[in-house]
Amino acid sequence: MRTIKFLLQKEFKQIFRNKGLLPVLFIAPLIQLIILPLAADYEVKNISLAVVDHDHSSYSRKLVSKVGSSGYFKLAGYNESFSNMFGLLESDKADLVLEIPSGFEKTLVKEQKQKLFIAVNAINGVKAGLGGAYLSGIIRDYNSEIRAQWIHPAKFNPAPVIEVTSTNWYNPFMNYKLFMVPGILAVLITMVGGYMCALNIVKEKELGTIEQINVTPIKKAHFIIGKLLPFWIIGIFIFTVGLFGIGRLVYGIVPAGSMFLLYSFLSIYLVALLGFGLLISTFSETQQQAMSVAFFFVMIFMLMSGLFTPIDSMPGWAKTMANCNPVTYFIEVMRMIVMKGSGFVNIWFHFVVVILFAIGLNGWAMLNYRKTS
Amino acid sequence: MSAVSLKNIRKTYNDGKLVAVEDVSLSVEKGELFGIIGPDGAGKTSLFRILTTLLLPNGGSATVDGYDVIEDYKSIRNCVGYMPGKFSLYQDLTVEENLNFFATLFNTSIEENYDLIKEIYVQIAPFKDRRAGKLSGGMKQKLALCCALIHKPTVLFLDEPTTGVDSVSRKEFWEMLRRLKEQNITILVSTPYMDEAVLCDRIALIQSGKILSIDTPKKITEQYPGKLYSIRSANTHQLLGDLHSYDNTKSCFAFGESLHYTFKSEGPEETRALQNHLTVLRHEEVVINEIVPTIEDCFIHLMSNES
Repeated sequence: MRTIKFLLQKEFKQIFRNKGLLPVLFIAPLIQLIILPLAADYEVKNISLAVVDHDHSSYSRKLVSKVGSSGYFKLAGYNESFSNMFGLLESDKADLVLEIPSGFEKTLVKEQKQKLFIAVNAINGVKAGLGGAYLSGIIRDYNSEIRAQWIHPAKFNPAPVIEVTSTNWYNPFMNYKLFMVPGILAVLITMVGGYMCALNIVKEKELGTIEQINVTPIKKAHFIIGKLLPFWIIGIFIFTVGLFGIGRLVYGIVPAGSMFLLYSFLSIYLVALLGFGLLISTFSETQQQAMSVAFFFVMIFMLMSGLFTPIDSMPGWAKTMANCNPVTYFIEVMRMIVMKGSGFVNIWFHFVVVILFAIGLNGWAMLNYRKTS
Repeated sequence: MSAVSLKNIRKTYNDGKLVAVEDVSLSVEKGELFGIIGPDGAGKTSLFRILTTLLLPNGGSATVDGYDVIEDYKSIRNCVGYMPGKFSLYQDLTVEENLNFFATLFNTSIEENYDLIKEIYVQIAPFKDRRAGKLSGGMKQKLALCCALIHKPTVLFLDEPTTGVDSVSRKEFWEMLRRLKEQNITILVSTPYMDEAVLCDRIALIQSGKILSIDTPKKITEQYPGKLYSIRSANTHQLLGDLHSYDNTKSCFAFGESLHYTFKSEGPEETRALQNHLTVLRHEEVVINEIVPTIEDCFIHLMSNES
């Protein structure tokens, strides 16, 4: 016990004396937590729209003003020539071109139907998809509006209409930050814990200090606990500041579920993660090697964790990889507890998986760490 | 029972392609100051790492303080002090913190064994709040020695403790080792400096992983076959070339300002013949003296015998 206490003391002294490392450890993740969610906004606004109006009727103007007032679009050009407007699309000044044919109003009134043409610049797939969908939605709305005007209220409605009403559960205002912030916090904890732990033991190897430790009668387990525990404590600390400091004060996120459950999961997850860092450092000889290997894995962990893209839409092999990724489970649990308020019944499987990760990674690392070469 | 004994110890790297230690057997008595002398790459560090249980040998057996280096490695770690060649204390901890830390790892405290390190520690005590990384080379050595001694080891392993240390600190360091020896601590020290060999009780000369000779420094120099001469002239470079092409030359090496020289067949006649030969070759201020061989001469002799 006394040895572990001294080891901890030594580690913390070293961490707090490293003036270059401190801000990276404590401030960088919090700044990232403030900045990154702003960049991970899925809502697409300010789509540039060019309108080719061959009709110039009151109906066509009404359609254009309805599109303009939706808030999603800004008018990049309004003209009669398609080639002019397509030029805007080509020069990237417009994302969409909407063409209204001549006789739009006349045909619509007379024949009860009319066609519109939309050209979408699909280089940015997300923007194209959403822009096209928004525009189609607005046109559909417009369509039903004018139909409602024509039909006399007294008359019997000839076309049966299914009206869909939906409510958004767990995130009623579809606030993407509520979704992103817990996920990003999970990734940041992973990065800080994984990197720092991987570098820490390698640093002792590189400086040769491990030689001096290895000739002492210190027990392998004591040494490793002394190495992991500081980062476990720091991980919990950063998580707390991130969740309550930034999540609550900056984004107004109030976790819906049990804090005890969340912290229990975090505690086990950190053990698994630090085991991962330890494993890397037992395989590496220099800090550069450890950093490169850790970077490789953290990159995969991050992008294949369902943080940005839903795992369900990944191809089969990628889904398998995501399921082998501890970060996936942490992000899921974060979102489930913070947003849905899930209880243990809902996340027991995640607990089992992360406990297995913790045992597996640490066991492997312990086996691979040798005091004698 | 000897403090350290090695029997046919063998260590290879790269799957046996590189032989670092070949069939080394030696034994060190209790309380002895034993030197392992050899150039860089001779296998000194590998040997020390085997004895301090950091490295597993590929063959042979070794004991330290009666414990086997493979079977009882845990007991060895309790009773030996090791000071690696490279400074390997925590540079970002202070002098006192380093000492405290290592004392704790050995389940002891500075106070408990203070009398052992006192003489050395008082020299670095004024800097006890300074970080180890900010100490001078000599101070670092002293701190490292303190840390290696803090648990009162029975055997002390010092791997090239004086490499990269100025000559005054080197002298001080050997002085400290002398005094530690009086405390009945067995000391194994390795060094590439031949002039330090005479300060040891016994030495082992090692080259390419093989032991060339083990004895007291005095006996080793006595065993030098034949007579050794020191030859000087105004032009040392020219002299070396001329001596190498001389028929009766057995060996000739530059040694500081003079050349150390041996004859194939010797006698007063031969010395005179050489003197004449050099005069004919227009060497000026030629001086030929018989000298007592140093450890380095012996080493060179043994090395050329080996090859």
